[in-house]
Amino acid sequence: MFRFLKIALPATAIVLALLATSGCSNIEPWVKPYERDKLADPVMSLSRHGKASSYMHHVYQSRESSRGSEGGSGGGCGCN
Amino acid sequence: MVLKAGPEVAVAVTERPGFWLFVLMVVLVSPWAKAATLPEDNVDLLYHRYEGGGMTIDGPSVLVRKNVGAQWSVSGQYYVDSVSAASVDVLATASEYTEERTEVTAGVDYLYERSILSLGYTNSSENDYEANTVYFSVSQEFFGGMSTITLGYANGWDEVGQRGNDSFEEEADRRNYQFGLSQVVTANSLVGLDFEVVTDEGFLQNPYRQNRYLDGSDRGYGYQAERYPETRTSYSLAARALYYLPYRASIRAEYRYFSDTWGIDSHTYELAYVHALNPRWSLEGKARFYDQDQADFYSDLYAFENSQTHLARDKEMSSFSGITLGGGLVYEWKQTSLPGISRLQASLLVDWLDFDYDNFRDVTASGNFAPGEEPLYSFDAFVTRASLILEY
Repeated sequence: MFRFLKIALPATAIVLALLATSGCSNIEPWVKPYERDKLADPVMSLSRHGKASSYMHHVYQSRESSRGSEGGSGGGCGCN
Repeated sequence: MVLKAGPEVAVAVTERPGFWLFVLMVVLVSPWAKAATLPEDNVDLLYHRYEGGGMTIDGPSVLVRKNVGAQWSVSGQYYVDSVSAASVDVLATASEYTEERTEVTAGVDYLYERSILSLGYTNSSENDYEANTVYFSVSQEFFGGMSTITLGYANGWDEVGQRGNDSFEEEADRRNYQFGLSQVVTANSLVGLDFEVVTDEGFLQNPYRQNRYLDGSDRGYGYQAERYPETRTSYSLAARALYYLPYRASIRAEYRYFSDTWGIDSHTYELAYVHALNPRWSLEGKARFYDQDQADFYSDLYAFENSQTHLARDKEMSSFSGITLGGGLVYEWKQTSLPGISRLQASLLVDWLDFDYDNFRDVTASGNFAPGEEPLYSFDAFVTRASLILEY
């Protein structure tokens, strides 16, 4: 797995850098902003419950050995 | 520098993952990405209660967030766990206790060009444990807002104490490296990918827990203090998908794989459904299944004292599985007529958790059992959350 990390982090940086230098104008958003009303609906939110959601991560982390990648940050549907 | 590749880069990643996160962050904070917006001003009030397995933990959480000008958002959170503990681990070698943990977080978000940079500090304090964490993250939308990438780094340093032993003082340090991607796939669907590496160093075991070994006494076994390795590195990879159904409802599926250097592997599966009853009321339900393998050095009963370098009998280190079934009722009022409140959301969420252990035995079970023949342990618990979010 840590071999994977050796590749994944630089690869992500390189891909993003290439996109940055070549410009991303060739990639057109295929879901237009006016088509995102359903994505903006609260029923589609990953963080609808705010701190009540992060509390559950705490509940599980205290009782299971697993941790991380709970999706507490990030998300977003491009609805702004 | 970014485009440089080769063996030396591969070495640098494992030795300096923070450097590569920094490179990624620099790349992200570039002018070609789509604009972002700061979170809304809000007050997030939560009452939480956990009850089961001999433990009762409850308390409030209050978070206040306020924008300052067009580019800054500051937030503060106060959180309390009031603990009454008589779990199987406690009763095996000690007696019931109560304690309180308080957590304070201060954070600031900064909208710079087209990125949101977040910085925060959390202090968690209880009578025998003090935890401090500083975190930094950058979040960016790309491709017309269809993709959101978040990179995060957290550094934690803990001070571990022991009640009744003032001379006991240990430390544990922790680093988290996070990558998150959220992607709009269609007008009805979203997918997300998260990857996180966590490294720990220091005193990583619980100073109160003990492991047992056969000793030929009347009871058949004795106890000695646990000995965990002083380092641990874990990684987790999660994928999630969210789909808007033909009516106003959504279905969400998640999977997470976890692995660490102690030999623990786990799989987490979750399925959730949210159903709007009308514009204001909605119902939701979820099912979660968790399964993990034990740590390499775990044993419920060692053959003799000091039989290994590392010794653990924490049930969290054993092989077990858990099921969660949850449900909730949510009331959401947009554009309220309440003075100063633009949006209100009230939720009541109840979850039932059930854990079954494959190789952790209940030494508190009544009856006369030979060592290692006690019934396997299992327990269930209810988690209740009452939440009120007010945007202003």
